[in-house]
Amino acid sequence: MLSSGLTLIFGMMGVLNFAHASFFMLGAYFAYQISKYIGFIPALFIAPLIIAFCGAMVEKYALRRVHKFGHVAELLFTFGLFYIIEELVQMIWGKVPVGYHVPEYMDFTLFSMSGMGYQAYAMFTLVVSVAMFIVLFSVLTKTRAGLIIQAALTHPEIVSSLGHNVPRVFMLVFGLGCALAGLAGVLAGNTLGTEPSMALSLGPIVFVVIVVGGLGSLKGALVASILIGIVQTSAISLDYSINNFIEFIGFNVDIESLWRILIDLTISQIAPILPYLLLVLMLIFRPRGLFGNRDV
Amino acid sequence: MTNFFKSFSTWIIVAFIAAILPLIFDSSFALTLLSKMGVLIIFTVAYNMLLGQGGMLSFGHAIYFGLAGYASIHILNGIGEETLPYFPTVLFPFIGAVVGLFFGSLVGYVSTRRAGTAFAMISLGFCEMVTAMTLIFVIFFNGEDGIQTDRMVGPEPFGITFGPQIEIYYLILFWCLVAVALMYIITKTPFGRMSNAVRDNPERAAFIGYNVRRVRWQAFALSSMFAGAAGSLHALNYEHIGFESVSIVQSGAVLFMAFIGGAGHFLGPIVGAIGLTYLDSTLADVTEAWLLYLGLTFSGIVMFAPGGLAGLIVMHGPIARTDKKLLISLIKPYFLAISSVVTGLIGLIGIIEMLYFRSLISKGEGEVVIFWTEFNANGIMSWLIFITLILVGIFLSKKTFPMAKESWDHAISVVKTEISNE
Repeated sequence: MLSSGLTLIFGMMGVLNFAHASFFMLGAYFAYQISKYIGFIPALFIAPLIIAFCGAMVEKYALRRVHKFGHVAELLFTFGLFYIIEELVQMIWGKVPVGYHVPEYMDFTLFSMSGMGYQAYAMFTLVVSVAMFIVLFSVLTKTRAGLIIQAALTHPEIVSSLGHNVPRVFMLVFGLGCALAGLAGVLAGNTLGTEPSMALSLGPIVFVVIVVGGLGSLKGALVASILIGIVQTSAISLDYSINNFIEFIGFNVDIESLWRILIDLTISQIAPILPYLLLVLMLIFRPRGLFGNRDV
Repeated sequence: MTNFFKSFSTWIIVAFIAAILPLIFDSSFALTLLSKMGVLIIFTVAYNMLLGQGGMLSFGHAIYFGLAGYASIHILNGIGEETLPYFPTVLFPFIGAVVGLFFGSLVGYVSTRRAGTAFAMISLGFCEMVTAMTLIFVIFFNGEDGIQTDRMVGPEPFGITFGPQIEIYYLILFWCLVAVALMYIITKTPFGRMSNAVRDNPERAAFIGYNVRRVRWQAFALSSMFAGAAGSLHALNYEHIGFESVSIVQSGAVLFMAFIGGAGHFLGPIVGAIGLTYLDSTLADVTEAWLLYLGLTFSGIVMFAPGGLAGLIVMHGPIARTDKKLLISLIKPYFLAISSVVTGLIGLIGIIEMLYFRSLISKGEGEVVIFWTEFNANGIMSWLIFITLILVGIFLSKKTFPMAKESWDHAISVVKTEISNE
């Protein structure tokens, strides 16, 4: 979900938003604040709207100005924004995690399958994400508005001469992308933990998803995010190492050296670097990503 | 010959000033700060070979800095335990340079296929990968604690042990001058020019027969090499290295320094490294919001002055050359514009400081010290004062900025007519 928002912005506008994970974090914090006073369900709608507004304002007053200096300047600006948002969040909500929890009425086991319990909230998140994705995909490819957006991004001059306000389209697309990040924040903030460092821990993974999925491809982002999700969660539960494998085949290796540590590393231990390893392999063997239509 | 002497004299003067600095500021704080500046100058100028000269924005340049630091510390420890043969401490930056060059060529081979945003993303991915590795390969990186060393190993030529900070400072100073001079020379070589050409117009550079990717790769490797040398000195300076030195935090810091100082000019990164290191060590104690100010400054520079501080100064070069009086005529409108901005900024800083204060300190206390004055963070008066300051600042800026712009346009038009008359 988060990456689909980023892909939307990047693929559509060519703007790589470094602060995307920051909007995700803001989503979680706003949801915390709103659900404290009103409730979780309103927060699900209000928080992304606020984020969309913030995003649109950022685009209108800052990014548009930077745009003439090129894409790298835009990236640099969002990098600065990333720091600003992190510090602002620390200023308002403090450095320690806030108590943003799963709403009680969804905090039960919905059903169990092969011994594993599935929480109702996890299912809810899944349903919302999939619904969001289908809506987004169909709006962008099937409706007239979606066509205008696509056209505005590839041929801005022609679209503006046809009477459409191209800067406004850009602003809305950016706002929409941020809203998606915010929505993801609302949904994931309570299970991942809402704290100021969450943007930094999540941001780079999103970039990996984008590159692996293929730059600017919405479908690629979906597949890659599922793939990386599966790789990471399954890797954590796999407690095997190369040594186990060698013993399994029937050898018994007895090396007393640095390599010993290498072969004793279990897959769960190297789980954090797997996405990045995937990124490097992808760059070497298939630089355009899974569904991309251009090279990195 | 005079020209030659002239270009050299600047270097000699700078070296002389840097050499006597520790005699003037002899506190241990100043000495540590100066050493840190020296290391970061090398690192930032090396980084700018990539960003400014080569047009590649990297979020992961700390990898080479940090890995070289780790390697140096391991070798120092090895010498200390006499498992490795003696290697003179003076030449340690060479170790760092080799390590930096090795990893730089390796990573650069994969990542320099494209410049721009794709390159930036990939560099970030590598940075995160190495950071994650530091926590996994404990035997080499020792996790979050990092590793310690003792830099006083082996024989002591001329009684120099590199134990005292002052000796390390002169070591850093020497290598800083050598590295910066080398990097300056590189910008003047055909390779340096080619690197600029690839930055500005890769298609045309490819068209006249250069392998664009190869030029980028070479620039990347060279830049990593100097970053590695800086990393070695960093390790020697602190006798400790931790995972944060390979992480995005260090990479971001060097980006801030290079960009705020001015990526387009050779002196920019040096200005940035000196200025930000100084502010970092002094302001970080005074205010909690230091990173917020840094982020705001950075974004402001990206928006309004993409050339950085050095760019702003260089912009006035033609005016100064044409007529000194024109430059003086600019002082008054500039002064007005800047002071109105400062008024607004003081208000903004006051608000930020009070907000921070409120979020950190328990509700009972209300006295907060801002600009050496005590304010009551809970009282409405102090908020009103700062909000008024912001509004006054905005109001004055609206008046004075068009004035400054007008004088600037006037000065530039005079310069233009002057040039066309010649």
